[in-house]
Amino acid sequence: MRTLTYAQAMREGFAQLLASDPRVFVIGQGVWSPWYAGSSLQDMEKEFGRDRVIDSPVSENATTAAAIGAALAGMRPIVFHPRMDFMLLAVDPIVNQAANWSYIFGGQANVPLVIRAAINRGGEQGAQHSQALQAMFMHIPGLKVVMPATPYDAKGLLIAAVNDGNPVMYIDDRWLYGESGEVPEEMYKVPIGLAAIRRTGSDVTIVATSHMNVRAMQAAVTLESRGIDAEIIDLRSIKPWDSECIFNSVRKTGRLVVADSAWKTCGVAAEIAATVTGEVFDYLRAPISRVCLPDVPAPTSSPLEQAYYVGANHIVSAVEELLVRKEKALAAHSRSLVSP
Amino acid sequence: MLQSHSVEARTARPTIDTPLLTTLFRSMMRIRATEETIAVLLDKNEIRCPTHLCTGQEAIATGVCAALRKDDYIFGGHRSHGHYLAKGCDLRALMAELYGKATGCSRGRGGSMHLIAQELGLLGTVPLVAATIPIAVGSALASKLRRDSRVSVAFFGDGATEEGHFHESVNFAGLRQLPVIFICENNAYSSHMPIQERRVKDNIYQTGAAHGIPGICVDGNDVEVVYSAAADAVGRARNGFGPTLLECRTYRWRGHVGSSMDLDVGVKRKDELQHWLSKDPVARARTALISQGVSLEALQEIECEAGAEIEDAIQFARNSAYPNPSQLLEHVFYAERS
Repeated sequence: MRTLTYAQAMREGFAQLLASDPRVFVIGQGVWSPWYAGSSLQDMEKEFGRDRVIDSPVSENATTAAAIGAALAGMRPIVFHPRMDFMLLAVDPIVNQAANWSYIFGGQANVPLVIRAAINRGGEQGAQHSQALQAMFMHIPGLKVVMPATPYDAKGLLIAAVNDGNPVMYIDDRWLYGESGEVPEEMYKVPIGLAAIRRTGSDVTIVATSHMNVRAMQAAVTLESRGIDAEIIDLRSIKPWDSECIFNSVRKTGRLVVADSAWKTCGVAAEIAATVTGEVFDYLRAPISRVCLPDVPAPTSSPLEQAYYVGANHIVSAVEELLVRKEKALAAHSRSLVSP
Repeated sequence: MLQSHSVEARTARPTIDTPLLTTLFRSMMRIRATEETIAVLLDKNEIRCPTHLCTGQEAIATGVCAALRKDDYIFGGHRSHGHYLAKGCDLRALMAELYGKATGCSRGRGGSMHLIAQELGLLGTVPLVAATIPIAVGSALASKLRRDSRVSVAFFGDGATEEGHFHESVNFAGLRQLPVIFICENNAYSSHMPIQERRVKDNIYQTGAAHGIPGICVDGNDVEVVYSAAADAVGRARNGFGPTLLECRTYRWRGHVGSSMDLDVGVKRKDELQHWLSKDPVARARTALISQGVSLEALQEIECEAGAEIEDAIQFARNSAYPNPSQLLEHVFYAERS
């Protein structure tokens, strides 16, 4: 099968959706500029016209809400926010309107809307150009949230999101745009709500979101060299998320590390940890560990930035800590047996 | 009198024939009877959801909706019973919704502030101030892309024009020449706050010109003027000449929410109200019809019909069942119907 980059796979998804469905259109800031979307929307307006590929005024709120209105009128819009940080100006339409619309009207209306939100960080960009805010939107009833980590999923989840019938936030991380992988030429959907096991293993389960999958696979190589066999699960869908896949893995390994690309407090990892604890507690042989960003805004200065982001080494350390804890616990248990 | 309404309405008086004016009167009566009956039911605590009445503002919803086609889209806000009724939607479903019943227009999930009747083009009313302005821009964008010749209307109050939503929307609609009409029902109050405490200038309609679209100010208590201005705007929108901002000056007789008259808020609201009661849009249409030779009996018949319809709707609402608590989790997500 042919190989595409993540950005090329997204572009192919957009192009095939626009070509095959007259209800689909794209609206957002920077869609006519390679600056904002990388190659993921390159020349799309030349191919499909500026009526259906709309570069918008600096109006995140109205642009997003207009997409909702178009969706209510039967279209299948995709809103593009080249920075998730700026998308916060559109929280009213996303949270109050799109997410609630089906419920408040008793299921008579729906909002078939895709909100593509790009995480664009690193490079000393600082606090307002770096945020990964998946947890905020995971919290909201009525929203679905997906975070593809591979080119295959970048295309397949986009097509699934557009055809879902509900508001779906599609979060891509620019750190993934250069990743390569096999991508079928035809249109296909990756089901929303299903995780993917990227590596099978027996000692520990590592659940990763988005770009943390790249780090997790790197960590698995290091762990293997140290005799530790990690199972890697790519969460893919943040909401709904595939609890069964994770439960089954934890039943096998007894240990869980969740690596998320965002902050720790009230994050995706916290939700997964709480749910796993509630459902498969008896299988756990160690506490659940979270590898997330520290609870500070993104810094600019390079040494601070390097200290801020988490990588494969953090995942390796987290796994080793769990295994050491086990040994420590056994030692403590033995001591308690021999003490009077 | 009220500083905010010192600018006189501009539009020349149109000629509306008697059958059309009778239709407009009937629509206004239906709204008036409904709102004033709801006020009583609120006092009795028979209706408990937050309810914002539009008594005194009936001419705007009526005049605008009369200029629309059945398949044109409208959106409203927290004070939207009038929009719902003027678009021809079912009064029984409205009352059942206010009672929280499963037969309500939103199946008991919305209450007074979330109304819908998609088959009649009412795509939704929601209480987040200004929220549906850009949503109406979006349905207009859909119409332009599909070339379906529909017009979209956003109804909102004067307070909504202080939100960024409004300015972003007018700019974008003008930029793309979308078939949308912005209807500002300037009733001089946003909740408890009179407009002169919220704006430097009394010039909402001028926002249109600033964004490059027509901005017109009319007497919102004159249904003939509203209808005429709306018909002009609809004609422009439908024929590809883009959006219009129509500021309709009116006055909210009752308080912000519930049945209270809110006489304790604002600047001399009691005096203002007396002034505006004398500009009653329903009474003005009635007087015009009498001067056109319509008999008192014919008008009384319309008034009786309105009263009978609301009585029937209340009985329907009272007799309807509540949603079953077992259905609490339904409708969060839309599922394709098989």
